[in-house]
Amino acid sequence: MTAPHGRALLHLAAALDQQAAYDAASHVELAQLAERGALDFVTLGDTFARPGLDALAVLSRVAPATGRIGLVPTVTTTHTEPFHVQAAVATLDWVSRGRAGWHIDVSTTEGEARLFGRRHAAPAEALWQEAGEVADAAARLWDSWEDDAEIRDEATGRFIDRDKLHYVDFEGATFSVKGPSIVPRPPQGHPVRIVDATEGPARRIAARYADVALVRVAGPAQVRAIRAELRDTAAEFGRNPDDLRVLAGLTVDLGDGEHAAEPGHGGGGPRQTAQGPLYRGGPVDLAELIAAWHGADAADGFHLTPVEPRRDLERLVNGTVALLQHRGLFRTFYPGSTLREHLGLARPANQYAVAGGAS
Amino acid sequence: MTVRPRKEIHLAAHFPGVNNTTVWADRPSRHPTTTPAGGSPSAERLGGPPSRRPSFGSQIEFASFAHLARTAERGLFDFFFLAEGLRLREHKGRIHDLDVVGRPESLTVLNALAAVTERLGLAATVNATFNEPYELARRLASLDHLSGGRAAWNVVTSSDAFTGENFRRGGYLDRAHRYTRAAEFVATARELWDSWTPDGLPRPFAHRGRHFDIAGEFTVPRSPQGHPVIIQAGDSPEGREFAASAADVIFTRHGTLEAGREFYADVKGRLATYGRAPEDLKIMPGVTFVLGDTAAEAQERAAEIRRQQISPQNAILTLEQIWGVDLSSYDPDGPLPDIDPDPESTLVQGRVRVADPFEVAEKWRTLSREKGLSIRQTVIEASGRQSFIGTPDAIAAELDEFVQTDAADGFILVPHLTPGGLDEFVDRVVPLLQERGAFRTEYTGTTLRSHLGLAESVWKG
Ligand SMILES: Cc1cc2nc3c(=O)[nH]c(=O)nc-3n(C[C@H](O)[C@H](O)[C@H](O)COP(=O)(O)O)c2cc1C
Repeated sequence: MTAPHGRALLHLAAALDQQAAYDAASHVELAQLAERGALDFVTLGDTFARPGLDALAVLSRVAPATGRIGLVPTVTTTHTEPFHVQAAVATLDWVSRGRAGWHIDVSTTEGEARLFGRRHAAPAEALWQEAGEVADAAARLWDSWEDDAEIRDEATGRFIDRDKLHYVDFEGATFSVKGPSIVPRPPQGHPVRIVDATEGPARRIAARYADVALVRVAGPAQVRAIRAELRDTAAEFGRNPDDLRVLAGLTVDLGDGEHAAEPGHGGGGPRQTAQGPLYRGGPVDLAELIAAWHGADAADGFHLTPVEPRRDLERLVNGTVALLQHRGLFRTFYPGSTLREHLGLARPANQYAVAGGAS
Repeated sequence: MTVRPRKEIHLAAHFPGVNNTTVWADRPSRHPTTTPAGGSPSAERLGGPPSRRPSFGSQIEFASFAHLARTAERGLFDFFFLAEGLRLREHKGRIHDLDVVGRPESLTVLNALAAVTERLGLAATVNATFNEPYELARRLASLDHLSGGRAAWNVVTSSDAFTGENFRRGGYLDRAHRYTRAAEFVATARELWDSWTPDGLPRPFAHRGRHFDIAGEFTVPRSPQGHPVIIQAGDSPEGREFAASAADVIFTRHGTLEAGREFYADVKGRLATYGRAPEDLKIMPGVTFVLGDTAAEAQERAAEIRRQQISPQNAILTLEQIWGVDLSSYDPDGPLPDIDPDPESTLVQGRVRVADPFEVAEKWRTLSREKGLSIRQTVIEASGRQSFIGTPDAIAAELDEFVQTDAADGFILVPHLTPGGLDEFVDRVVPLLQERGAFRTEYTGTTLRSHLGLAESVWKG
């Protein structure tokens, strides 16, 4: 489907992060609201250092209570075990029937390191290098079972065809993994990998491994420039740049007004804050901004972080999304069932099946 | 002498996954004596009437987990249990391909199950060697919050380099240290769970011990159970001591009346040293069951299930696991090998080793000689037979006897089929246990601790 100007339809995603929410119900409610707006996916941030439940746990709890929306927890790579991380993300894909994503992030502080006592804080450059290795190892482990490895062959008594299971023998700078995974290849083949590419050290990793890159800057021209850079770098890594979606990341404060900016309530463009670009305005203004940036070819879509989740998400879905749908810029229903389908991304081929077929 | 009040049976459901007791082949029997005239599939005989055709479903799809969990909750069970294996087993240097293999990661599945159940406890097996206290304590507390107080952790230990090859930590932890690490791990997790006051204030923690030196602030408030329930599975003296000091439940393999009583007395006897009372630790053997309308029918079904579990290929393989040598040239319908086992063998990887292979080999050879059994028949006869076989009435009476005579406090039922293997038990045996007054007729509490009759965890700030 194409929209006016021959551009692909927008992709829209929202963050569910709430302060001090330790219950299932509030997360379920927000995710269901976002699903009512047919958003591509919701994210839930996580670190080991700030109050909150384990994000992957929360979205696993949300999975059976939702049907279509993509579920993307942050799972960090610095103090975790790559083998456990890939198994948990693959399992989220199983329990959600193909709706899992993984926001890859690193832990940079000494405070987080002290919670584990295994290593000291390291520079972002090194941590992102490691995150790339974790992403690579995870993809290999997801491929370590071919899709048709389970054969249940009664004549020989074999439940699996072990020739379709593969050791990954991954040797990174800080870890190694033998494999295969304990989890069969998940429904999407590879759950969708998301990297915030705003900062330098993460950008090459995003270009190389991400399916979706987030770019949090205040103007459409800057987003467009970073998007072009990401696509070029992706091509250098031998990827098809069209396999990478770039979403503009905005924190949004949709206020209480019906329409446009109240006095002192922003409007116009977002302004840069310490937490990234913050947009203040009414739902209609936000729809204008999204349409304008999209029309200017700045991004493939938007990842919006509401400052007041319940209020802003409701205004986003009922106001902004409805308007974008009305203009034919955003879907009105989910034509597919997996997150990859929402994003228009193909199910990846299995790297071992391809190799095996050749030999 | 005072009359002891009747003990209430505790029941839990084990998801039948990766093991050789799971019957996955939904095939008509090729055994002449059990193939009914007309060749209707014997699979029907394995699990009840045709309307409940016991086909083996998926061991990985969420629908299977949801079915078994909902069945367990319908049966008012205490908890649903998931095992863990962190590396695929190998046989002769290749991945073992005869049993069901491949499973999802436990805590993620249990969080999803929290959405489709309301009261059922949710127990994850998670290794203490290949995890770190801060992260795991946080994941367990998260499950406890998201399920409203239903989380449990089965603490297992493994220090073998074989499994370690999948982890950063590698194989560095030697066997001698696995329980000291596990004990310090659980103690540290409890310090983290206690680091928030009951009225919701975080306080900094610091733990410095032999295995862990960590400090900071825990990100999760005290969860509904305070401390998720701790389960232990492991049988060595060190394992029993660890359980006596720190566990709420033991998952054991001692599933016969005599072995159960001995184990029960031994473990409960260790509690006083730690200032604990016998009811503070529940002993729950993992057991299997086969039901029939008559005793004879149950026996016939049990025999058929055993034949399905021990295929000719599996019989040889089971033998190789004990002997530790290649026996592929032997005929499964022929006699046992008279060669000796290799005690240093690395033929089998990722499986708990038989304690004394010479003793087992000798026992099996004697059995085979005395009864004139082939390899396959011997394996069927000697290995892992079903614990409870009979009519629903007989099984209800037996389970009750085990509990009233202190061979167990309850059972972790391991069905041989996924995911419908518990249906018949819940429909037919649970009501009889209730009639006997041996099992609850409704959940009286909302947390797993309350189902198990365990005291609330006391905050030690
Ligand atoms: C009933 C039972 C169930 C067990 N389940 C698991 C399991 O799911 N995953 C695992 O890694 N180990 C499992 N174990 C292994 C134990 O954690 C332990 O490593 C093993 O029993 C050796 O310890 P021990 O010498 O104290 O018996 C289980 C053990 C028992 C007795």
